[in-house]
Parts: sequence; C-alpha cells; structure tokens
Amino acid sequence: MTRNIGKWLISGPPVFYLAVFFVIPTFIMVLASFRHAGEFGGLAPIFLHDVRGAHLNLTLESYREYFSDFIYSRLFIKTLIYALVTTFFCLVTAYPLALLIAGSEKRHRDLLVLLVILPFWSNFLIRIYAWMIILGPQSALSVGLNGFLGMFGIEPVGLLFTPFAVVLCLIYVQLPFMVLPLYANLEKHDPALLDAAQDLGANSWQRFWRITFPLSLPGVYAGIALVFIPVLGIFAVPDILGGTGGIMIGNLIKQEFLEARDWPFGSALSIILTLGALCIVGVAAMVAGRTVKNDA
Amino acid sequence: MALLELRNIVRSFGDFAAVDGVSMMIESGEFFTLLGPSGCGKTTLLRMIAGFDAPQSGEILLDGKDLVATPPEKRPIHTVFQSYALFPHMTVAQNIAFPLRMRKIGKAEINERVKEALDDVRLSDRGGRFPGELSGGQRQRVALARALVSRPRLLLLDEPLAALDMKLREQMQLELINLQKEVGITFIYVTHDQTEALALSHRIAVMNGGKVEQLDEPSKIYDCPRNRFVADFIGTCNLIEAKVTVAGEEKMVLEIDGLGEVTARNPGGELTGSKGVLALRPEKIKIGQQIALESGENRFRGKVHDFLYMGDVTVYIVEVGEGVHIEALLPNSAAGRPRIFAAGDPVEISWRYDAGVFLND
Repeated sequence: MTRNIGKWLISGPPVFYLAVFFVIPTFIMVLASFRHAGEFGGLAPIFLHDVRGAHLNLTLESYREYFSDFIYSRLFIKTLIYALVTTFFCLVTAYPLALLIAGSEKRHRDLLVLLVILPFWSNFLIRIYAWMIILGPQSALSVGLNGFLGMFGIEPVGLLFTPFAVVLCLIYVQLPFMVLPLYANLEKHDPALLDAAQDLGANSWQRFWRITFPLSLPGVYAGIALVFIPVLGIFAVPDILGGTGGIMIGNLIKQEFLEARDWPFGSALSIILTLGALCIVGVAAMVAGRTVKNDA
Repeated sequence: MALLELRNIVRSFGDFAAVDGVSMMIESGEFFTLLGPSGCGKTTLLRMIAGFDAPQSGEILLDGKDLVATPPEKRPIHTVFQSYALFPHMTVAQNIAFPLRMRKIGKAEINERVKEALDDVRLSDRGGRFPGELSGGQRQRVALARALVSRPRLLLLDEPLAALDMKLREQMQLELINLQKEVGITFIYVTHDQTEALALSHRIAVMNGGKVEQLDEPSKIYDCPRNRFVADFIGTCNLIEAKVTVAGEEKMVLEIDGLGEVTARNPGGELTGSKGVLALRPEKIKIGQQIALESGENRFRGKVHDFLYMGDVTVYIVEVGEGVHIEALLPNSAAGRPRIFAAGDPVEISWRYDAGVFLND
C-alpha cells in the first residue's frame, strides 16, 4: 500500500504535466480542426441556436479544403523530401564524427561531446541569422563560388533564399541530435568484438559493416527519429533563409494561425502532419524491426 | 621444423619490459601452455602471436616464415578470447559461420561446416539462439567452435575457462583435451591457473617477469622445478634455506639452520658451498608417530604446529628442529577419522632423499 503511494508521488507530477500540457491541447487541436472559423479569426461557437434549434456546429470543411487542392499535399511532400534529405546528410556526417569521438581517448571524449553541444549555448535564431551572412551575396563563400563558376562561363548563382540554404541550415541545426544518440551507442561497444572479427579474418570494411554498424542500429534509429520528426514541423529556418520558394508545411500552419486567422484549417494541417509523420515512423519502425531480426 | 618458432621476442611498454627475450618452439599438434602470474607477459606474447601487437625485436615464424608484417586477419591463427567476444547481434550459427563468410566460401559448404562444428561442441539444437540466451559453458563452446570452424593452423586460448565456476571448469578441461585430440590443431593456452596447466598441457612454459623460467612437460615442471620461482608457483612446496656441505655425483648433503644435515638429490653441477633452498613437496613426506628409518631417507622428530582438514587430505604443519616448519600431507583414507594428530602431538616425518631437490639461488 505504502509502495503504491510512493509510486504515485513519483510518477504523479509528470503524468499530470503531460495530461494538462500534451493530451488536452492535442484534443483541443483535433476538435478545432472540425470547427468553423470565427468571423474575426479564432473559432466559431461549438453550439449553435438557430432556426434548426440547438445543434453542434462541426464540419469537415478544413479537411475537404486540404484534399481538394493538391497544392497542400505538394507542400507536404516537399517538406517530407527536405526532412529526408536533412536526415540522410545528418546521418552520413554524424556517423564518422560519433565514431571518432567514441574511438578517441577517454579523457578527450567529454571535451569533444561538449564541442558538439556547444552551439546550443547561443540562441537558435541568432545562429540561423548567421547563415544569412555566410550565404549572402557578398559573403566569401558566394564570391568564391561565383568566381569559380565564372571561370567556366557559368552565370552567378544566389545561395541565400534557396532550398539549398534551407536544407544546409537544417542539417546544421539538427546535427547534434544525430551525433549524441550515435555516440551514446558506439561508446558502449565492446572493443573485443572488433578484435575477434579481425582475428577471424574480417578486414576493416567488413568489421565496420558486419559488427559496428549493425550493433549501432538502435542509435541510428534514435538519431533518425530525433532529426526527421522535428524537421517536419520546423518553420523558423525556411522563414529566414528560404525566401518565397523555400517554405515548408510548418510555415503554412503558422500562416494559417497568425496571418490568415483560419484556426480550423491550421489545426487540420497540424493533425494531417502529425498523422503523416506517425504513419511514416510506424512503417519505418516495422521495416527496421524486420531487417534487424533477419540480419541478427 | 617447428610449427611456430619465437626468436628472442622483446616487447616493452615504456620502461616496463612485458616480454623480455623469449624464444621457444611449438610443435604441430601440441597442447602448449603459457603459465605465469598476472603481468608475466603471457597475454602480451599471445597478442603478438595473434597479430594485435608487434614485437620491438625478434621474429615470429610460422612454418619458417616471418609473421610480424602480416595483419591479424591474414594469419591462419584464431583466438578464443577470455570474454568469448561472441557477436551479440548474430545467432550461434551466424557466429560460427563468420570466419567462413570472411573467406568467401559458398553458402552450401558454410551450412554444412557450421552444422558439423555445432555437432562437435554438442550444440546442434542451439544454432538459432542468440549468445545472450546461452549459459556460460555453452558460450564457451560456441567461441571454440567459431575459432575452429575454418581450421586454423594454430588456436590461441586466452584464459578461456576463467569465467566459469569450478565444476564446469573441470568438465570443460576434459572437453578441451578431447576436442584438441579430435581436431588435431595446435593449441597455445594462456592461464595463471597451475592445476589447469598441469592437467591440460603436453608442455608448459612457466613465465615470470617477461622471461621463460622453465619449459618442460607437466611432470618435469612439477617434480624437477629448475628454480625457486617455478617450485613456489607450481603447487605447494616447502622451501627451506640450505647450504651444500658435500656435493656428490647424485646425492648431496645440505646443512639447514636449526635442523642439521639433510640428504637431497643433486640436480646436477652443484658445488660444495652453494647456497639455495631445499624444495620438498608436502605429499612426498611421510608422517607418523614413529617411522622406521629406511636407507636413503631423511627422518626428523617434531611436533604438530597446526593442521588444516581439507576433506580428502589433512595438511599438517610440523615444527622440526628450531623454528623450521615443514608442511606434510596425509590422505584421509580411513573412514570416520577426520584427524590423526592434534596440534602439539609429537610426530616423526621422513622422506626419501630424492623427494627433495636443491635449488641454487
């Protein structure tokens, strides 16, 4: 009995917190997506008293709007592609880095991990604005690149306000979220396994591909989830670096709430995004689960 | 030609000479053991044979060809690691197939050889299990099967039984001997456990401080230790400070402080006046109330100082002369008599002259 009380004392506050600030808001969003927009923004009343008497004032209008115009799905697909490209480059950049940190001497490791998380100490927006300068038309990068292209008679290109700028910055912003779970996994590997593999005839590539990589898959999956899902909803990076052509679904949701003041449609977009992400992650987890079982 | 020849191997870490000029020859089909206390260089030597470390000077010859420049994955030598190092993400069958897959052997042949290897270590029904689902002894057998399946020239075993409990260890020792006989592959076995070394090996190299103290058959190592370290490290041994007074061809007379004259075997070449120790195994000493003196025996009167009842035997520590303590074993062969003598009882001990050997300092 006392043990039960203790359990509730410990798990009660977080359960309460999640219920109030996660479950209830999600429920409000789901409900809002089925309501009408208010005349001056916000939401129309949920109960109406009119000639038909008292009735619920709900509609599928927002979902109908999403599916009636392909432009929204196209934006969703574009966002998915950005997220996939970002995740891929984060993985191929972070993996060698995590291997390097995990393989370095113990006394250097903490410092290297600190360097990875150092960017978090400055403001997110400031770091994105810094990319405006790095990619701007007068930047050394732009001038150098265009000078190089000019030698082959190619027209100068703009780097800023392009999908390239958006994805580049997304990779930069998300990279630590890939490095940390990979490092946490790789650091725990037993070096004797690699000795054994080498002893049994595996060269360095085979040792990586047959031992290190399969054993690191839990870290890879965690990193992918931590990078892919947040990118789907991000809006600050495309807002600042994407220009007119670089917007993502997160920008549209933000616009619906703040500028168009169409809360139901904004809610519907959020719900579709959440369900879409859940489906993708679910399918990926199933596929991953199967390959792990077959391979192992 | 020897299968493996080590020539004057030196490996130091900073100022510390882990392996200090070791030379030995290991014959094909041999069960060879490197025995010594921790830090004696046996594991460093093993790692150099496997290729994970390189000697600073010296040669490692396999079939007469120098191996030093060959990386571990190219050497026809496999290791059974102390921690087994089984791949946790692969099944038992996949673990055993690993060295074959690295050699790009066809699927059908791999399956056949894995099945054979599983049969050899009596794990035919465990092929689909993961290492985490096996007991310690089973993991040990998988590690053996994995290292033997591609038929290496040489198998290195780094304290493979250290993680098992005593009952299982004894059983695995018998299995190891039989397995080695069956496959006919040369084993180099590293251990700090002298009973294990005596039980398993054809020959033993006793190592200390990076050097080989004695390299011989188990019975020679036990009965004719070449120096104080070997006598002390292998089994239990009475080591009594002594001085040679008369050195004969085969026998010698020793003077021991507080005890007097003792006849012992001359290991060869000892001269009158040398100082050293008399090494005397406890089980070779007779103990009784009164012992008839036979020719060629040493006999002393003393009293029981202390004793340890071990079940199968009782260890008596007998004080003879002034302050000389000699340990003697008495098997508890008669039923219902846990001890024959108590502390303080007067006893006589005796031993044949050739039970004791003089070891020069």
